Amino acid sequence: MKKNYYKKQRLGTVIRTVILWGFMLLCIFPFLWMIGASLKKEPDVFQTPFTLFPDYLYLDNYAAVWGGKYNYAQMFGNSVFVTVISVVVAVILCCVAGYGFARLKFPGRNKIFILYLATMMIPGQLLMVPKYLMFREMGIYNTHWSLILPACFSIYGVFLMRQNMQQIPESISEAARIDGANEWQICFKLIMPLCKPAIITLVILLFTWQWNDYDNALLFLQDKDLYTLPLGLTYFMDETGLKYNLIMAAGIITIIPIFIVFLVAQKYFIGGLTAGSVKE
Amino acid sequence: MQRGKTISGDQARKRRKIKNALTGYSFIIINVVGVFIFWVVPLIFSLILSFSKWDQSQGLAGIKIIGFENYVKMWSDEWFRVSLVNNIKFTVLYVVLLLVISFFVALFLKEKVIGKKLVQLGTYLPYVVNVVAIAAVFLALFSRMGPISAFFKFLGVEDPPLFLNESKYALYAVTVICVWQALGYTAMLFLAGLINVPEDLYEAADLDGAGWRHKLLHVTIPMLRPTTFFITVTTLINSFKVFGLINIMTNGGPGTATTMLVYNIYRTAFRFNKMEFASAQGMVLLVVIFIISIIQFRVQNRKYEEM
Repeated sequence: MKKNYYKKQRLGTVIRTVILWGFMLLCIFPFLWMIGASLKKEPDVFQTPFTLFPDYLYLDNYAAVWGGKYNYAQMFGNSVFVTVISVVVAVILCCVAGYGFARLKFPGRNKIFILYLATMMIPGQLLMVPKYLMFREMGIYNTHWSLILPACFSIYGVFLMRQNMQQIPESISEAARIDGANEWQICFKLIMPLCKPAIITLVILLFTWQWNDYDNALLFLQDKDLYTLPLGLTYFMDETGLKYNLIMAAGIITIIPIFIVFLVAQKYFIGGLTAGSVKE
Repeated sequence: MQRGKTISGDQARKRRKIKNALTGYSFIIINVVGVFIFWVVPLIFSLILSFSKWDQSQGLAGIKIIGFENYVKMWSDEWFRVSLVNNIKFTVLYVVLLLVISFFVALFLKEKVIGKKLVQLGTYLPYVVNVVAIAAVFLALFSRMGPISAFFKFLGVEDPPLFLNESKYALYAVTVICVWQALGYTAMLFLAGLINVPEDLYEAADLDGAGWRHKLLHVTIPMLRPTTFFITVTTLINSFKVFGLINIMTNGGPGTATTMLVYNIYRTAFRFNKMEFASAQGMVLLVVIFIISIIQFRVQNRKYEEM
């Protein structure tokens, strides 16, 4: 009886493993194909019979995309610039505002916070038109600031930091106050270090959103020299037409940074995005 | 003596209170102003535009309030109607497919599986990749020479359709891609919910001699209701925001087959330069999302009251 039970369990594990692995391979197949195509010479991309990976490595695709007339290096630089500045500023601002909402008392605090949360409901795409018109008036249309400035203020980030900072006991702040520390010192030197996991989560979330942002770049950037990677990739697709080996190499380049962060910090990644389901 | 002391004590307390308030405001002010400029102001601007007629040659002075005309005109606009119908079709299919598939993936992942971590990472990967790379690779996969066609030929279909180029199939192809992209993420949400189902409920069911189907229907699914509700709401909202994939892969076509709300707003505003009309359509999107959010809020509050 018991032996039978274990046998059945083991069989279940095997079946589940086979099904899930098959499913997972189906999920990552597009990426495998992408890698394969990016390493092939152009005529071999759609080879028959079907081959996923070539039996040679043709790294010239990457070289052609990165430098020379396509100049992907510059777009990569633009993406890094926009992402780094907006993430750094946004994280600091979120921590400061989160601290204010969580640990300081002032009149109207809760009302302001509720209004603040309500703005989270506004779908970003609704603001395409007015933001485009506003940015033209403000003179930041077709500059990187049109991507950086709005991204500096993350409503979700403030929400996340407030949640975390509320859980730290007030006695810690009290002790520091008695020692003569002011609120800014308490925020930066005491509370923020205690929220390190939440801050890492926030950095990863904001990094992902900003790095992958296509919509805003499409609307607000015009000069090719300013393009960030996702927009650059669409331009590249139009430019090269059907040279899928080059397009896939370019695509892989846009994915690599996210992929590295994903592997290194997967714990925060999955936890954070699962908690952060408020945004797309 | 005594009186003077209390007054100065009051003053000190008052001063401290003002100082505290100023400190508090100084912490939130930058963020509140930023959010006001980049969310609230555009929203108000969009609202005004939606009720206006705009002669753009005169700049912002050319905006004239005309009332509900844009909102009325919208419903007889063929493109808008098609985009709404397509979007609803897409939404239903997307939400159902996504929920069912990711639920079963999570159910399997909860049990013993070899290489569980890798399976999780693999299914999650599409969620963190940018939409342009995804569009690029699927354009290739769906192309005439691509692997999907090759696969159907291998199965014996003589002339497999180009799914993205035929009105019959294009919306379904887009739906599949969107489901694929969000799957790992939703499965992770389900898994988090499943792990929280108390183990003793299953043990009790075991003692009653319940089979797996009974356990699924009478323990797992009822216990998972809050998670399922949350996922349904977020998925529903997201399904009305699809844009990038459409803009890159199909341009809303062939014909109008994959034109959905946000894409149509974009098209109306930036291809045809009808900013007011696009704004009015945007307000419909806001109302849809607002209603869904209100329902979510009500249901969740009811749950707290029941507790």
